[in-house]
Amino acid sequence: MTGAGPKKTPLYDEHVRLGAKMIPFGDWIMPVQYSGIIDEHLAVRKNVGVFDISHMGQLIARGPRAGAWLNEMLTNNIDKLEIGTGQYTFLLNERGGIIDDLIVYRTAPETFLLVVNASRTDEDFAWLQKHLGDNAELENRSADFGGLAIQGPRMIELLQAMVGKEAELPARNQIRDFDSAGIKLTIARTGYTGEDGVEVFFAAKDAAKVWNEVLAKGKELGIRPCGLGARDTLRLEMCYPLNGSDLSPDHNPIEAGLGFFVDLKKPKFVGREVLADAKEKGTPNRLVAFRMKSKGPPPRPHYSVWRDSERIGEVTSGSLSPSLNEGIGMAYVAAVHAKVGTEIEIEIRDRKLPAIIEKKPLYKKS
Amino acid sequence: MNVPDDLYYTESHEWVRVEGENARVGITDHAQAELTDVVYVELPKVGAAAEAKGQIAVVESVKAASDIYAPVKGTVVDVNKALEGNPALINTDPFGEGWIFMLKMDAPEQVKQLKDAAGYRAAIG
Repeated sequence: MTGAGPKKTPLYDEHVRLGAKMIPFGDWIMPVQYSGIIDEHLAVRKNVGVFDISHMGQLIARGPRAGAWLNEMLTNNIDKLEIGTGQYTFLLNERGGIIDDLIVYRTAPETFLLVVNASRTDEDFAWLQKHLGDNAELENRSADFGGLAIQGPRMIELLQAMVGKEAELPARNQIRDFDSAGIKLTIARTGYTGEDGVEVFFAAKDAAKVWNEVLAKGKELGIRPCGLGARDTLRLEMCYPLNGSDLSPDHNPIEAGLGFFVDLKKPKFVGREVLADAKEKGTPNRLVAFRMKSKGPPPRPHYSVWRDSERIGEVTSGSLSPSLNEGIGMAYVAAVHAKVGTEIEIEIRDRKLPAIIEKKPLYKKS
Repeated sequence: MNVPDDLYYTESHEWVRVEGENARVGITDHAQAELTDVVYVELPKVGAAAEAKGQIAVVESVKAASDIYAPVKGTVVDVNKALEGNPALINTDPFGEGWIFMLKMDAPEQVKQLKDAAGYRAAIG
């Protein structure tokens, strides 16, 4: 983007109308909050919330060899995907470093939808194009779609109000098309909050209509429009990584504790050798979750992590947890110190405050 | 946005209420609305010396930590301990219960260099 100003999603005017606080987010201008981060966060945990995710990228790969090719580009195993299902996976560079984390769906026998991070869409597309295999083609359809994440325990009631009570909703990680008052909705049962939820995609021109329908139907369910602020605190409580903070081209999925989404049984994929080596020998650092042991200032990205007067790592994500009402975060620390239960200290403005490494996720539904 | 007429204001969104030779300081309604939910306040120490425009306290929202600056030169004589238990007072009553600290001013005439309510209103548009 040069000189064109920030990119706006098709819901920009709706956000402004609702009084959202808008902030730059990569190339985009996005709502960070409407009623307040804590209020929105708790609405998702208790009722339901809706997020504009129209900025996320959609790449479509198709062709007789599309699946085989993607299996060499992504870490998880595409062969395990039945039609209408998706999986979390990584796009790596040759050093095994993370270019992006994404969800790939098989929407037809030889067609795949990749839902990627907004800030990485162009980079992912360029990388995949550069490595495009024979008998496969790739399209960047990001501008054609709007998207909403609808998350929270009352999501099902809301969706049934939109697509009919009889409609069978997709199971976890499944994706299916629905009709809502003449508008085609592609609904995937997934999310970034730890609550039951869906991500819904539709033609960009229908965005305002769908958004307002969701808010109207959700009103009696206690729905809140939610911004990037609540999205971040919700995902952090679940220890879901954020690319650019917890993930980067200098870290691989094994270090990040996400080896579950890497299939080393596959004979060949970009970064495989580095990851196999990391799995076998271990990595110098590990991404851990931690909790502050006392009330005080919340941890923030880039704060130093200490143990016994030794600097052992750096915070990558940190915030006050609205659900737990205490400071939480994630940090890369030297692997020898990465054990759950290890007492550490977070350096916050010249003070070292006690914290403890915890099992992921930090928030568990009671 | 509430901007009381009887206060002085800084460009960094602190307010000052002159009480004799002391200055009571907090952040404005505009600032609390921009910061959003305040979850932690790092208060200065009583007895600390404050330089005009020097960083003296920290207000943290869910998303970020923001520095608070002393509007004038002086010595911290009191801090609002209530914020330790209830930092959201800054959101609910920024010009009252949500005050942050009190300075004994070295040179009380310094406040005249700050903005008045009309000047601050103009600054925040």
